Amino acid sequence: MNRFPETSSQTGGPYVHIGLAPQQAGFDIFNNNFGNVLVDERTEGQRIAIEGQVIDGSGTVLRDVLIEIWQANAAGKYAHPGDLQAKALDPHFRGWGRGGADFETGLWRFETIKPGPVAGRKGQLQAPHINLWIVARGINLGLNTRLYFSDEGGANAADPVLNGIEWAIRRKTLIAQRGERDGLPVYRFDIRLQGETETVFFDI
Amino acid sequence: MHPPRSSAPTDEFLQRDTALHAPALTPGYKTSVLRSPRLALISIEQTLSEITAPQFRPEELGPLDHDLILNYAKDGLPIGERIIVHGFVRDELGRPVPNALVEVWQANAGGRYRHRNDRYLAPIDPNFGGCGRMLTDAEGYYRYRTVKPGPYPWRNRINDWRPAHIHYAISGDGWCQRLITQMYFEGDPLIASCPIMQTVPTEEQARGLIALQDVSAFVPLDSRAYRFDITLRGRRATLFENFVQAGAAA
Repeated sequence: MNRFPETSSQTGGPYVHIGLAPQQAGFDIFNNNFGNVLVDERTEGQRIAIEGQVIDGSGTVLRDVLIEIWQANAAGKYAHPGDLQAKALDPHFRGWGRGGADFETGLWRFETIKPGPVAGRKGQLQAPHINLWIVARGINLGLNTRLYFSDEGGANAADPVLNGIEWAIRRKTLIAQRGERDGLPVYRFDIRLQGETETVFFDI
Repeated sequence: MHPPRSSAPTDEFLQRDTALHAPALTPGYKTSVLRSPRLALISIEQTLSEITAPQFRPEELGPLDHDLILNYAKDGLPIGERIIVHGFVRDELGRPVPNALVEVWQANAGGRYRHRNDRYLAPIDPNFGGCGRMLTDAEGYYRYRTVKPGPYPWRNRINDWRPAHIHYAISGDGWCQRLITQMYFEGDPLIASCPIMQTVPTEEQARGLIALQDVSAFVPLDSRAYRFDITLRGRRATLFENFVQAGAAA
């Protein structure tokens, strides 16, 4: 069968915000903007924030990076027809968001809910996790990684994707550390592009 | 040749052919040096997390979101060559990708971006925002109207210039289809020497990023047109048992 080659990826460049987050670029153009808040007051589940910085090989924080996240709802179901799990959809949760790092501090942040566990392959169960896609100037092909939660030790220990990482020492680069601010659980997830603690990135 | 079989949203995607993409480390594009992971990507078998993706609805977009000539016009029209860009989003097996979110952004006709961090000498165009977005139709077709962006200098080597280009981000039906890229214009003499274009590993793949002038789509006395097709990863046939969510209620 004929197979067409996938179009080559290219860097999003320094001005990726114009297309994906124009208000951050400095102007208002669309009536409806996609952003980093995934919940409204009707969304079911435990409210959390996730935040962090992306750090380059010199230890410098990236201030022009943009991140998208994709996650299941509180019951552990994705809002997509390919998910056949017998679980309820939440009409007030899409599970997708995008946000640029702050131009001064490099801090990125999402307000969301903690996802439930999702079915894995062959009847296994995946620990709660959030999928991240990272684009920036200097990144030729968007980077895929996963965020897991530090307070899910048992589920993490049984997660087939984490366990599939041959180097056990690298698995901890995917565990976001729980803190708390004003009563809200805040999970810190720093992403290191290079160095001894380089984050695990996936070929999905 | 038989037409490709239709795909189901529960199917896995073909493995990505990474040889079609730039490596992470491309020293000619200097910024990649400190921003490129040094360790190998970990290859995983796809799960529900990778084969699903956000879905978008037409009512989320405004009526002028795909018209860059009008979507930021304040007291006149943007300056520049009026063009239409159109094409098809298909997958690796040649099937259309309907309802894909296509987002585009670009510099104005003088090569200046409307972005608080762009300090290039060329002026901002008060009537041009420089971004647009649209959903592909049932045939995977998309189109938008804009002005042709200008080339501009950038800090890589001291006399490097970006060829005229339009950035694209495409969200298909699976998280692992997500793609960000750039489209160039046929005949631009700056393409061959561009360090970012040179990161693309093969001549054929580079050609795939260059839009061709499409006289058949010109609007007489109004606009020229360019054709740019995009290929996303395709779902593969599930021949025996679907392992992605074995045991889930079907």
